[in-house]
Amino acid sequence: MSILVNKDTKVICQGFTGSQATLHCSQAIDYGTSIIGGVTPGKGGESHLDLPVFNSTKEAQQELEIDATIIFVPAKFCKDSVQEAIDAEIPLIICITEGIPTLDMMKLKQNADSAGCRIIGPNCPGVITPDQCKLGIMPGYIHKPGKIGIVSRSGTLTYEAVDQTTQADLGQSSCVGIGGDPIPGSSFIDILQLFEEDSETEGIVMVGEIGGTAEEEAAEFIQSNVSKPVVAYIAGVSAPSGKRMGHAGAIIAGGKGTAEDKFLALEKSGVHTTRSPAKIGEEISKLV
Amino acid sequence: MNIHEYQSKQIFKEYGLPVPNFLTANTTEELIASAKEISDTNWVVKAQVHAGGRGKAGGVKVTDNLKEVEEFADKWINNKLVTYQTDDQGQPVSCILVEECTDIKKEFYLGAVIDRSSKSLVVMASPEGGMDIEKVAEDHPEKIFKVFLKSPSVGTEDHLPLAEGLKLSEEQTIEFKEIFSNLVKLFFEKDLSLVEINPLVLNGSDNLVCLDGKINIDSNALFRQDEILELRDISQEEEKELRASEWDLNYVSLEGNIGCLVNGAGLAMATMDIIKLAGGEPANFLDVGGAVDEKRVAEAFKIILEDENVKAILVNIFGGIVRCDVVADGIISAVEGVGVDVPVVVRLKGNNSEIAKEMLGKTNLNIIAASELSEAAEKAAEIVK
Repeated sequence: MSILVNKDTKVICQGFTGSQATLHCSQAIDYGTSIIGGVTPGKGGESHLDLPVFNSTKEAQQELEIDATIIFVPAKFCKDSVQEAIDAEIPLIICITEGIPTLDMMKLKQNADSAGCRIIGPNCPGVITPDQCKLGIMPGYIHKPGKIGIVSRSGTLTYEAVDQTTQADLGQSSCVGIGGDPIPGSSFIDILQLFEEDSETEGIVMVGEIGGTAEEEAAEFIQSNVSKPVVAYIAGVSAPSGKRMGHAGAIIAGGKGTAEDKFLALEKSGVHTTRSPAKIGEEISKLV
Repeated sequence: MNIHEYQSKQIFKEYGLPVPNFLTANTTEELIASAKEISDTNWVVKAQVHAGGRGKAGGVKVTDNLKEVEEFADKWINNKLVTYQTDDQGQPVSCILVEECTDIKKEFYLGAVIDRSSKSLVVMASPEGGMDIEKVAEDHPEKIFKVFLKSPSVGTEDHLPLAEGLKLSEEQTIEFKEIFSNLVKLFFEKDLSLVEINPLVLNGSDNLVCLDGKINIDSNALFRQDEILELRDISQEEEKELRASEWDLNYVSLEGNIGCLVNGAGLAMATMDIIKLAGGEPANFLDVGGAVDEKRVAEAFKIILEDENVKAILVNIFGGIVRCDVVADGIISAVEGVGVDVPVVVRLKGNNSEIAKEMLGKTNLNIIAASELSEAAEKAAEIVK
């Protein structure tokens, strides 16, 4: 088992013929991911990476059976692409694109919820189930099939957690980057729920960062709904208030959203925390 | 992106939100002329900077003496205003707003922001206007009234919980309804991330007036907000942060002495944290992003080194898609080309990191290799001790 994606997941890519999409889709295919086609408006009927290209997600859906889509469309046009995927009722929409306006995401999240679609991202590294399916921009080789579920708001910091759990010989069931934007398509809670239900996941690593209250909400959820051990690290203890730290969502506003508040909320809920990003692997191996 | 108060008020006007008559000036002569045009007897003059706390810092003056208007202009134009929200250098003043005096009966707070938890717009009002609203939220949360909206379409009664919270009369509530719906319209049409009217006042003739205005715009939406983009005042932005942004580098300057160069925002924050754990202090946040190339690494080194406090640099790259040997190349030529005169601790992990370490080991540069994150932070902290 795993969550969200596995070797049978049939995927299309929106923005398929762009350079980023081409690079990451080739790597995904090499990794064993079942990519079955892609969408680029105006290039329908062509073939790319030996796969069919369609003008729209709707057209692709008429020809193919689609479980998931991965989106690499530039931010300016991304709202329309995500909406297309929602209209086609693709169950899993993974949006890698960075820089989508918050109000667009607010609308898309509402639409996805009412259509029953799940969005991962935007502004995220994607989702991977080691040795089965890689849908994102993460380096495949640092992953190893195993028993730790990883959910994170960050990109390269996720790789750090992955690498440490690989070194500790625990491996990963699945890894999900939910992205660094103020309104993510999926929250920590959504993914924690899936890991809790997944028989293969024995422990969970949660990587948060400053800004918002998603970690506090996750803490509350864990207390009453998660029985598996959880190790959490929150980035940004040393971040000053009022300064945005790279991610649009990572800002301490009005004294709210500090790393220390988040650590405290998590500890109160029985989550094992580490103040050192270098000790994530060590901490989780003590618990599983 | 931030804009000035006078720009916010101009936008308020366009959206039918009531503001006092105002003019702006960039010189003393202009300000005196503008003041005369606004009123014969009394004025409010306000220095325009991207920071709050102007009143307490002397950047706002109410006067009935034209001589004092002149003195205010002489004092602030081409000077810097230091408030509790600026750094100790302050923000440069090049523009002053002058407006008619408003007779204040009551002061309220009105603001709107995206609420992440409910994924909606939250419009907030409080009878405790003119105060630091964050403090009100902390001490008297019952005095903040909220309405959550999922879309720009405002219902006919959406404003009522706020009007009731402010204890407005029937007539004032009618005025408030207009302000409420226009504010929401403005928020959605201009892609704001925050708007605050603090205070919104009840004037002598019982009308509501927006006495101050603060607007933040979602940077991600600037591609479709050309008019807003023209309001950008780069003199209000930190010079190094501005230059970094031109190179697509995310840089935030901090107080410590260990410069950081990292790929990824989360990992960059984590690097700052682990430096602190090792007993050091980070001098900056710097995310070079995914596309690490030689030029950008060199530029990042330059920006870090302009900070005279920097006594060591910690490079932390997790090469996922990025190849570490390419990064090492960048570091070597950057260190050689830029003339880095402080020790550089380098931790390269991932793709081709072994080759990279070998390359760095062969140079005569002041480069200290580390394989793990904690080791790198400890080495950097040791150097600056």
